[in-house]
Amino acid sequence: MSTSIEEIEEIARKCRVEIVKMVYRAQAGHPGGSLSEIDLLAALYATRMRVRPDEPKWNDRDRFILSKGHASPGMYAILAEMGFISHEDLKSYRVLGGVCQGHVDMKWCPGVDFSAGSLGMGLSFGMGCALAARLDNSDRRSFVMIGDGEMQEGSVWEAAMAAAHHELGNLKVILDRNRIQNDDFCEEQMRMFDIPAKWKAFGWNVKEIDGHNMQEVMEGLDFLEAEENCNGPSILIAHTIKGGGISYMENNPSFHGAAPNEEQYNQAMIELGEVKA
Amino acid sequence: MTRMAATRDGYGQALLDLAGNPKVVVLEADLGKSTKSLHFRKAHPERTVSCGIGEQNMLLVGAGLASAGYIPFASTFAIFTERAFEQMRNGVARPNLPVHLCGSHGGTHTGTDGSSAQSIEDLAVFRTLPNVVVMHPCDDVSTRALTMQLPALGKPSYMRTARNKTPVLYDGREAEIQIGKGVVLEEGTDVAIIACGVLVSEALKAADQLKQEGVSACVVDMHTLKPLDGALIDRLVEQCGALVTAEDHNIIGGLGGAVAEHLVSNTFAPLERVGVPDRFGESGQADEMLELMQISAPHIAKAAQRALTRK
Repeated sequence: MSTSIEEIEEIARKCRVEIVKMVYRAQAGHPGGSLSEIDLLAALYATRMRVRPDEPKWNDRDRFILSKGHASPGMYAILAEMGFISHEDLKSYRVLGGVCQGHVDMKWCPGVDFSAGSLGMGLSFGMGCALAARLDNSDRRSFVMIGDGEMQEGSVWEAAMAAAHHELGNLKVILDRNRIQNDDFCEEQMRMFDIPAKWKAFGWNVKEIDGHNMQEVMEGLDFLEAEENCNGPSILIAHTIKGGGISYMENNPSFHGAAPNEEQYNQAMIELGEVKA
Repeated sequence: MTRMAATRDGYGQALLDLAGNPKVVVLEADLGKSTKSLHFRKAHPERTVSCGIGEQNMLLVGAGLASAGYIPFASTFAIFTERAFEQMRNGVARPNLPVHLCGSHGGTHTGTDGSSAQSIEDLAVFRTLPNVVVMHPCDDVSTRALTMQLPALGKPSYMRTARNKTPVLYDGREAEIQIGKGVVLEEGTDVAIIACGVLVSEALKAADQLKQEGVSACVVDMHTLKPLDGALIDRLVEQCGALVTAEDHNIIGGLGGAVAEHLVSNTFAPLERVGVPDRFGESGQADEMLELMQISAPHIAKAAQRALTRK
């Protein structure tokens, strides 16, 4: 764990550039949720995930399940940074025959452990992976990233109840609490009230952080890995900004699932330090 | 005296028989006593996962286990598998993970629980999923034999079993059962009755009745609806020239639908379909339900006569 905070932040910055490029090239996709999750993914992959990019199916790898599978550009960007796929592969996002399918798919892309696309499914799948690790007597972990809007799916709570019942200490969830879903702000679509209390009531270990403050992100990941929190499943509630890092996308429901135009793209590259103003 | 047994008992026995394979795990949704996975649970609690009354979660827990090399057998009532259809579609079938789903208590034969518990569309909906093998065996022996073959399948499956007892047809004949291959139970030359599940024994009774009427009927147990044994159907068309399908399932989309789809793209023959006439059931005894739905032996025989007139 020698990677410094600054180095993780630089990885995240490069990923943000790729996210915007992918969505701009495809003129489709989901930039908002990719940008909100990316600091978390950068820290997770750069400092915690026990994986082998040259052996993506290694049996004892940690699993990462992106349940909010529409935020695939974020995952593809970090997989490219880690060497699972090439930066050239990122150009195949949403292109016929490409490894970078619209939603992350385990049958298409190395390093992807779950075929996502339908919300409310990843936590259950991650629970299955965690049970398999227990049966294998393996110390591998299952990390699952869910979205906040996704918690409106009832099946999330089936899984939450079951994972606690089975005391799956190797199941670690990160909630990307970016407060916006497809049509509008979550508060307008379906209020969720006290989210930490809900998870605590379901029997989970719970911690809240600022998902863009890298120091807090690292402390949050420490919490997920801490021995005392391996008595059962744990969730890190990361407060994030939808579209975080690109001024005009931030907290803007329009950029849940829309691509920037040329002018907006150029502005994003300036804001991310790729080109000078 | 013919031995009577329920297909779900064959499923439960097969799970126990498969326990020697350490990769086999069993998933339950609070109906293990009914689907008969309880025997496995008692013998191997460490490899049995209670998912509570949560079928959607169960299917995907199975998918996660399968992605790590396990061979999950998940069961609930046929009707409740439908609640997890999209999980089966997106989480299991699409990535082609070998999760084996068993829906017990299928069809109107389920009886007095009434229409909410009588799945009449499960075979149709699961048949539409790429990668998924769909089976509906007729007795406990063939159910056990088919289930025993699933670990080697390497892809997902759906199997419907039935709640109530029916005549056992395969005692001592396990070797004839193979996924994807229909079995000719009785040879005949005038008409072929292709049946599945609880209606296979009804089809045999219908063949007896037809014999009295001077008609030679061939009876086939088409325990696998997908992949369909097209080669056998082609042979039956050539041999008999008229077909009947019989199933305790909506007349839309099940065995009759599958056979019709095959016929229109291959050698044609008149086909009469016996099935639930696109309506829901109600509370009643199993035999009363077959009468109410007009899918019992006399109705199959009548359909055979209709098919003959169309030759």
